[in-house]
Amino acid sequence: MVPQDYGFFIDPQRCIGCRSCVGACAECGTHRGRSMIHLDEMDRFDSPQTVPTVCMHCEDPICAQVCPSDAIKRSEDGVVHAAQKPRCIGCQNCELSCPFGVPIVFSGLEQMLKCDLCYDRTSEGHKPMCATVCPSQALLFVRKDEVANLRHNKPLRDFLIGSVRVKTKNAIMVPDPDTPLHLDAALLIDGGL
Amino acid sequence: MSTLPLSQDQLRAQFGPHLNLAPPGGWLADPTPDKVVETHCCFCGQQCGIKLKVKDNKVIGFDPWEEFPFNQGKLCPKGVKRYLQGNHPDRLTKAMKRTENGFEPMDWNEAMDRTVAEIQRIQGQHGKDAFAVLSGVSLTNEKSYLAGKFARLGLQTKNLDYNGRLCMVSAGAGNKKAFGVDRAANSWADIEHAKVIWVAGSNVAECSPITTDYIWRARDKGALLIVVDPRITPLARTADLVLPLKPGTDSALTNGILHLLNKWNLIDWEFVKAHTHGFEEALEAVKDCTPQWTSQMTGLPVEAIEKAARIWGEAETSFLLHARGIEHQSKGVDNVLGCINMVLATGRIGRPGCGYATITGQGNGQGGREHGHKCDQLPGNRDISNPEHRKYICSVWGCTDEELPGVGQSAQEIMNAIHSGEIKGLLLLCFNPLVSLPDSQFTREALNKLEFFVCLDFFLSESAQHADLVLPSALHEEDEGTTTSAEGRVIKINKAVDCPGDARPDWQIMVELAKRLGRGKYFDHFTSPEAIFNELRVASKGGTADYAGITYEKIVKNMGVFWPCPTEDHPGTPRLFEGGQFFHPDGKAKFIPTPWRPPMEVVDDDYPIWLTSGRVVFHYLSGTQTRRIGFLVEQCPHPYLEIHPRLAEKYGLQEGDAVEITSRRGIMVLPAKVVKTIRPDTVFIPYHWAGALSANRLTARHLDPVSKIPEFKVSAVRLKKTTRDQFSPELAELQRMAYEARSGQSQMPEQVF
Repeated sequence: MVPQDYGFFIDPQRCIGCRSCVGACAECGTHRGRSMIHLDEMDRFDSPQTVPTVCMHCEDPICAQVCPSDAIKRSEDGVVHAAQKPRCIGCQNCELSCPFGVPIVFSGLEQMLKCDLCYDRTSEGHKPMCATVCPSQALLFVRKDEVANLRHNKPLRDFLIGSVRVKTKNAIMVPDPDTPLHLDAALLIDGGL
Repeated sequence: MSTLPLSQDQLRAQFGPHLNLAPPGGWLADPTPDKVVETHCCFCGQQCGIKLKVKDNKVIGFDPWEEFPFNQGKLCPKGVKRYLQGNHPDRLTKAMKRTENGFEPMDWNEAMDRTVAEIQRIQGQHGKDAFAVLSGVSLTNEKSYLAGKFARLGLQTKNLDYNGRLCMVSAGAGNKKAFGVDRAANSWADIEHAKVIWVAGSNVAECSPITTDYIWRARDKGALLIVVDPRITPLARTADLVLPLKPGTDSALTNGILHLLNKWNLIDWEFVKAHTHGFEEALEAVKDCTPQWTSQMTGLPVEAIEKAARIWGEAETSFLLHARGIEHQSKGVDNVLGCINMVLATGRIGRPGCGYATITGQGNGQGGREHGHKCDQLPGNRDISNPEHRKYICSVWGCTDEELPGVGQSAQEIMNAIHSGEIKGLLLLCFNPLVSLPDSQFTREALNKLEFFVCLDFFLSESAQHADLVLPSALHEEDEGTTTSAEGRVIKINKAVDCPGDARPDWQIMVELAKRLGRGKYFDHFTSPEAIFNELRVASKGGTADYAGITYEKIVKNMGVFWPCPTEDHPGTPRLFEGGQFFHPDGKAKFIPTPWRPPMEVVDDDYPIWLTSGRVVFHYLSGTQTRRIGFLVEQCPHPYLEIHPRLAEKYGLQEGDAVEITSRRGIMVLPAKVVKTIRPDTVFIPYHWAGALSANRLTARHLDPVSKIPEFKVSAVRLKKTTRDQFSPELAELQRMAYEARSGQSQMPEQVF
C-alpha cells in the first residue's frame, strides 16, 4: 500500500535531462534492466528543455479501459499496475491510447510494463527509485501538505487532453506564467552579433 | 621508446573500451546481495553517498543512501551506473610489459624489479629529478599524501605533480591569496538560505548535478539566480539573469561589477574596514571599468551588467559559486579573485546564507590538493619553500632538510620537460594526460620520448597504451580510505570487494617500490590506509588544512567531518570565516586587484571563432571509466560541435553535418549540433574522448602564470564544412557502441546509418 498522504510531483522546469531516473528505474530488482521512464528532449535546437514522463496513475485509467483482456488493474491506493500475465496479450492498445505515452509493451516479453510507483519501495516507506535519485528533484515524492512550503509552483492533476478529461494521482508542477525563459544566446548579447 | 606497441585498433580489440551492459550474471541473476556497503561515488567532487550491493565478491548494483546528508540518496547517471566499472572485461589483472607483439602479462616480482632498475638507471645517469611522477585526485587522501611522500622520499625527485593542476589550482591559488586558506567557505547547506545565487563558469546541472537541487531550494524560497556562461546551460534556462559573456572575459565582468558597486555605494564599508586590506587598490584598478567598457570587453549589454550589479549589490544574503569555466584560463586566478572581490566588497561571507565556493570538480579534488600532492606543497597545505613548513614535515617524516626536494615542475611543465628530453622517466597513476592535457599531439610526442614509462591503472587508458610497463591498481570500491568533498567534508570510502588477480591498491605498490629502492624506513609502517591517514593527521597538524582531530571512527559517526578539525574533541568547521576571521596571520582578508588582460590566444582573421570545452553529465573527465559503461555511452557516445544556427548558416552547416575544426595545434572533424543556446561567435566541444576525437587536439598549452592551469576554455579556431566520409573511424566505432548499448547487439545493421 502506497501511503495516501504522499504525492508524486513532476516538475519539468527543474529537469536537467541527466536520465538518472531512466537508469535507476532499470536497476530495480523487479525491472531487471528495463526502464519504465521516458525522458524526452523537447527540441534541442530551440531549448535545453527536457521532460521526464512517469505514469500519472489516472483515476480512471484509459489504458485499463481499452485493455481487451482486463489485464491492467488499479489498486485501492490509486496505483495503476503493469499488465498482468497471463492475461496480457501484448496487443499494444494501452501503448496507443495512453494520453501521456507511458506504457511499453516489451518485445520478447509480449507484456506491457509500466511504472507502478515502485510499489516494493513505497509500500515500505521509501520514495520511488526515480524520485530518490533525481539530482534536481524534478521528480519529487513528499507529503502532499509539504509541497506548498517546498515549491513556488502549483501542482496540477486535472488535464483536458483533446476532448478527454483526465484526472491523475500524480501531479505536474506548472510554472508561474512570469518565469523567465532564456533560449537564444544571440538575444542576450550586446547587439545580438 | 614508448610508441604504441600495436595499432590503435588492435589495442582496442584487446583492452577496449568495451561496454559493460549489465550486472554480473546478467539482469536475470538473483539480485539479493550478501552485503551492502555504505560508501561514496567514485566520480566528481560532490562525493555522493551511495550503497553498493555486493554478492560473491562482486558489486551487483546500488541502493540510494538516503541518510547521507549531502545528497540524501540523489545520484546522477554516472553514480547510478558506476557499479558497472567493476567486473569489467577490460579490467587489468596482471602486470604487463610492452613487447613487439603488444602487451604481455608478466610476473609481479619481475615487474617490480624492472621498474626499480629503470628508475635507478635513469636517476643514476641523469639525476634524481629526471624521473617524474604524475598523479591524480581520484585517489583518496591517503594515496594522495603517500604519492607526495613517495616522490620526495622514495624517488627523491622534486618533479611530482597531479591532474588537479587541470582542475582546481586557480581556485586554490586565488583562495589562498585572498583568504589565506583553500577550501569552500561554506558547507552547501548555506546555499539554500541565500537570497541571490551567482554562478560563474559552471555548468552545474551537468558537472555537479546534485548542487542543482540546492540552488532550486533557494529559488523556491524566492532567491534570484544569475548565471554567467557563454552557453545557456540547463540551469541557466530559467535563471533570473543570464550573462553569456565572450570566452575569456570573466575578470572584465567582475571588475565592471565592482566598479558599479562602488559607484552606487553598495559596499559594506563596516565589513571592508574591519576585516579586509587592499580595497583602495582594488577600487583604483576598476576605476575605468565602466558599464560601457565592460560591455565592450564581454559582449554583454550595458543593461544586463547594471542589472547584475544591482541584484548582487542589494542582496541581503548571497552565495557565489564558480568552477572551471572561469578557472581554466591564463588568468584563472584573476577571475577567481575578481569573484572574491565582489564577495568581500559586500561583506557577505562567514554568516548563515552568505557564502562562496569553487565547485571542486574531481572526486577528491579538495583533499587531494591539500597534503603534498602538488609540486610546490607539503601536507596540511604547507609551502615546500617555507623553511618553517619544511622543518615541521622533516620532523614528522624523520628526514633531513637536504633529503627533502624543493619546488618541482607543474603537470604541463613536466610534460614539456619530457618533450624537451630533460625528464627521461615517468611513473603515472590516476591520470590520462593524452586526453586531459591540452595540445594532445604534443603530449603524444612527449610520451613517445620517454626512456621508461610505468603506469598504474585499472584499465589501459590511452596514455597507458604508451607505457613500457603497466601495473594493475585498485578500483575505488576495492580499497578503503578518505576523501574530502567539494564542501570540505572529509568522508570515508569503504571497501566493497577485493582486487582481482594481481591488481592491488596504489598505496601498496608505492610502498613496495619504495622498499625496493632502499627507502623502506620512511614507508614500512604503512600497513593499511588508516596507518597512512594517522600520519597524514600529524603531518597536517597546525597547517591550514588541519585534519589532526579527524579519525575514521569520527567520520563514520558524524557522516563526515569538515576541516579544520585540530583536536579529537573539535566538531569540525562547516562554515569558515565566521565573525570576519580569515586565515592570514592578521585575521584579515585581502582584496587583490585584477587589472584586465586578454586571453593568451584571441580570435583573428585566420582563426575567427572562439572555442570552449567542457563536460557532459554522462561522462567523467578523460572517460577512462565512463566510456566503458553501456548506459552512459548510449546517452552520449561521442563528441560533437555545438554551434549557434546563425554561425552554422554562415558555413552552410545543418544538424549532423561534418565540420572540420582547425586551431594552431591541430585539426578534427565532428558532427555539428546546432543549438541556439551558445553565443554565435563561440563553439563548444565536450572533451572526454581520445585520439581523433579529443577536443584537446585543438587547445593550447598556455598557462596561468600563478596557478599553471592550462587555458582549456579559450582557443581560436576556424571552421569548414566537409563531407561525412571525413568522420574518423573512431566516430563510427562509437556509434556502433551506442547501438550495442541500446540494442544489446554488437553488429550494427547498415540501415541504421
